[in-house]
Amino acid sequence: MADFLVMAGTLVFSFAVGYALIRRIPALLHTPLMSMTNAVSAITILGALLLFAEETGSLETALGAAAVALAMFNLAGGLAITDRMLRLFRKARKAGEARAESAGQGRAEVGG
Amino acid sequence: MHPALATVIEVAIVLCLLAAFWRFRSPLTARGANGMAAGALAAAIAIVLVRQPPASAWAPLAAFAAGMAVGCAVAFAVSMIQIPAMVAFQHGAGGVAAFLVSYVELSRGLGSASAVNSVSGFAGLVIGAGTFSASMLAAAKLANILRGRPTRFPAHGLMLMVLIAALVPLCIGAWTSDGWARHAFLTAMVLDAAVTGLLFAVRIGGADMPVLISFLNASAGLAAAFCGVAVQSRLLMAAGATVASSGSVLTHIMCVGMNRSLLNVLWSGNAPQPKPKPAQARPAGQPPAAAIAGSAPAAQPASPLERAAALLRGAKRVVIVPGYGMALANAQGRVAELARRLEKQGKEVLFAIHPVAGRMPGHMNVLLAEAEVDYEKLREMDEINPMLPEVDAVLIVGACDVVNPAAIGAEGTPISGMPIIRVHEARAVVVCNLDDRPGYSGVENPLYDDPRTVMLLGDAAATMSRLADAAGRA
Repeated sequence: MADFLVMAGTLVFSFAVGYALIRRIPALLHTPLMSMTNAVSAITILGALLLFAEETGSLETALGAAAVALAMFNLAGGLAITDRMLRLFRKARKAGEARAESAGQGRAEVGG
Repeated sequence: MHPALATVIEVAIVLCLLAAFWRFRSPLTARGANGMAAGALAAAIAIVLVRQPPASAWAPLAAFAAGMAVGCAVAFAVSMIQIPAMVAFQHGAGGVAAFLVSYVELSRGLGSASAVNSVSGFAGLVIGAGTFSASMLAAAKLANILRGRPTRFPAHGLMLMVLIAALVPLCIGAWTSDGWARHAFLTAMVLDAAVTGLLFAVRIGGADMPVLISFLNASAGLAAAFCGVAVQSRLLMAAGATVASSGSVLTHIMCVGMNRSLLNVLWSGNAPQPKPKPAQARPAGQPPAAAIAGSAPAAQPASPLERAAALLRGAKRVVIVPGYGMALANAQGRVAELARRLEKQGKEVLFAIHPVAGRMPGHMNVLLAEAEVDYEKLREMDEINPMLPEVDAVLIVGACDVVNPAAIGAEGTPISGMPIIRVHEARAVVVCNLDDRPGYSGVENPLYDDPRTVMLLGDAAATMSRLADAAGRA
């Protein structure tokens, strides 16, 4: 029962804190946000690795290996794509600054 | 490793993940936040490998390396235009991992695990399999491999109900049997859930895709969280629940952006049907607005292009409203180029992004960022709307429903009450859409017939280039 309470508490706490944090993220970053959380959800790889803690039969080995591979595909791919996207946002800022400077205008003025 | 130490490290990892979400609020810190999440995930993997090392290492190691290599290779190969399909595909991969882990855990023995763990295992199995099939379908639609329009079968809702109800006896069967019988029951559950996912996703399409993809984001997280309960890993639980809440927030934002309830989008499936343009809207023989403009009396310049260019030349403040049509025409580079030219002429150019523009949350922002548009010029709907009466020219590129004033004026249409970018309050509007047909909702756009509107129909990329040239000729 204590175990159950700890688990339920963990679930509710994480959900609530996540909710409070995510609400503050601007729409500008929603695509990279989804891409990053997608990679975080691939933390199922922990479960897949735990399967191998015991001796595994051939079916279990195959299924477990598939789970590890797919979770890792999701995890590494998701983080890499998120990084690529966020780099664009940085570059955009620099490019914008360069243009604003060359035009001899301040950013605040351009932003209006 | 001492259990207390392990707990401390686990808590630190969860805090690290939450801090990553906190730092994701600004584009300046978001990249670091992503790196932080990567570090936290790597630490989580390391701690599991140290505490419970694999009995035989080659299989998980090979799978690990292969997954990482393919994941990174694909991540660097995809273009930004393919991001929605790619993200959907990855949701699917996460779903598979969740149901496979649950499957093995359940097949190993329900006797040793507590009832809570077992029930969670079944939940992880079903949600994982459903997320997988629904995501694959969504990815195919987003990549335009499948038709984006929703497909409805006869008795669609009933079939879904039956499939979901059938999971209960299958679950009881798996619980009470063992050996190969249990494998059979579990496999049947996976298949049932997968078909349910397909039926669920197949009737959502077009402009409703942002809701579906956000929902799958949440369900992938939920599957991971249940998986975590099943294998008794608090880290997995906490991270899964956080992702589930993130997906829920995005789903909620998308629904609010369309003024529809989640149930309305996902279940009742009354997403508007495309309907043929009613004949009475424009009597036969009367050409559409663009052509009218073209053959208008001498008071107006010759072509719509000239009129649009003149509007832009005379404007001080221009707002560009991109939609899915821009992504479809791959016109974001040309749009950005036009914006730069206008800025060189000393005009102020801003971009107005509707929350549900495109096929996933934030879709337009990423495309414009790739086209090197400064992200500080990208404005959200609520921010731009009060400014629009002071805007000289609005340029709509491949958007229809999100700027349709019928959402405010007309009652009883699928978009009634949907918040829109109020471009009709601007001084003039230039519509650069492929055609003058209604958008996904099927609701006629009165903006197209407004005398202050100039229609530039055709491929958005070509239109942008012509417009940039024409507006540049002073």
